[in-house]
Amino acid sequence: MKIMHCPLNGPRNISEFITAGEVGEMPDPRQTDDAQWAAHVWVASTRVGVVKEWWCHAPTSYWFIAERDTVTDEILRTYPASEIYRERKHFGAPEDHGG
Amino acid sequence: MPWGLLKYGLSKRYPARRDIPLDKDLKKSYDVVIIGGGGHGAALAYHLARYHGITNVAVLEKGYLGGGNTARNTTVIRSNYITPDSVRFYKESVDLFTRLSNELGYNMMFSQRGQLTLAHTDASLRTFRLRAEVNKHCGVRSEMVDREQIRKLVPCLNMDEDARYPILGGLWHRDGGTARHDAVVWGYARRAAELGVEIHQRTEVTGIQRANGRATGVETNRGAIQCGNVVQAVAGMSAVVARMAGIRLPIRVYPLQAMVTQPLKPFLDPLVSSAALHCYVSQTARGELVIGGGSDPYELFSTRSTLELKEGLIAHCLELFPFLSEVKLLRQWAGITDMTPDYSPIMGESPVQNYWLDAGWGTWGFKATPVCGKRMAETIANGKAPDLIRPFGLDRFSTYALSNEAGATAASH
Repeated sequence: MKIMHCPLNGPRNISEFITAGEVGEMPDPRQTDDAQWAAHVWVASTRVGVVKEWWCHAPTSYWFIAERDTVTDEILRTYPASEIYRERKHFGAPEDHGG
Repeated sequence: MPWGLLKYGLSKRYPARRDIPLDKDLKKSYDVVIIGGGGHGAALAYHLARYHGITNVAVLEKGYLGGGNTARNTTVIRSNYITPDSVRFYKESVDLFTRLSNELGYNMMFSQRGQLTLAHTDASLRTFRLRAEVNKHCGVRSEMVDREQIRKLVPCLNMDEDARYPILGGLWHRDGGTARHDAVVWGYARRAAELGVEIHQRTEVTGIQRANGRATGVETNRGAIQCGNVVQAVAGMSAVVARMAGIRLPIRVYPLQAMVTQPLKPFLDPLVSSAALHCYVSQTARGELVIGGGSDPYELFSTRSTLELKEGLIAHCLELFPFLSEVKLLRQWAGITDMTPDYSPIMGESPVQNYWLDAGWGTWGFKATPVCGKRMAETIANGKAPDLIRPFGLDRFSTYALSNEAGATAASH
């Protein structure tokens, strides 16, 4: 079985993990027209080479980031999301932030 | 015929028939350049030349003819989809397959033995009812079958009620079958070449030339070519090739693995498929069992085979046919599938003028080879996609008018 290194649980079988696609920024809905939003919803980057993705260790529901090569199937690095995201992200309208 | 055979047997040289002419130099320009020499590219070239009189056509293939996913699929042909748009589209393909050997004078080994899809849950039975009714409405032979009928169709199937996923019922699709995948591409390519189409193998497209929003030519490892129209038919690399033309496609790329066993006496007539078990099985004319599985769990461009898929797929296959436990596997391989969000293809116009898409064929491309060739040829000849393939245009994503076939795509999810 292929092994993935979970930053929380150490080396585990790859079948224990699920992936949720590439790490990326959500465009600002107020600055985005319909075509750009549709592209954000549907278009994937389909990168040939190294990608940076969200992965989850399903038994412990632990989300983290993995860098891997989509050609050689090598997992290059896994690390906690806190390495990239220092602050909590807000997705609501600006007026919701106060709560 | 016997005299011809005798003469051939007695001749000293045994002249072999060359299906595809030897490579020539590339011309400076073509009316149509088709990127990708698989079944789709060859079928398109044939239809352009035979039915639309467009013979100044080049098919550019980076490897060898039919060496990509045409060689890697499991050759299932069926039309029992769930949306009327898809059912009508794939029905035309099955109809074309039934006449294809005669049309091309090439033995396609088309074997219409019927396909049985199994339900292991009430939810599957409900979808099957819907599919059966939609299919019948569109003139496709599909019907619900109960356990007794399944027992008669496939007597060797494990009908144990204590199985982990007991079989509750099925969708019997009389029109389903298989064909020889190599013959499909070779047959189309041979007839296209006879009509003047040039097939250039080992010719890789490295760039798409554009001017004022139009495609004007392609760059290859053998030099640049001018052309009136460019069509991409490159399963597995659709998103990558489209990017050369500045087009972003809603495609994710996953390997799909399949395997084949040693030959056995014929025992399995219909094709058997189970979405819940992510497994489909058919027996070839040689007696081998072709076993296909679901897509790999994460995106990858590699055609490597994995032990986990082998273990999982065989476990499910043995649940259906427990007596196969001692049978040896001969091969395991993977194809690279272009998965779209709605499990339907992307055909027709692109944001770049004169640049046409034949993409997003995921796990359902082989069965559509004839109809896609025919209808894409019509699209290019008329400059407009015909009604049959309109629902599969790239513009459906920006209008959220998807054509959801996730439930009717046997084992890829």
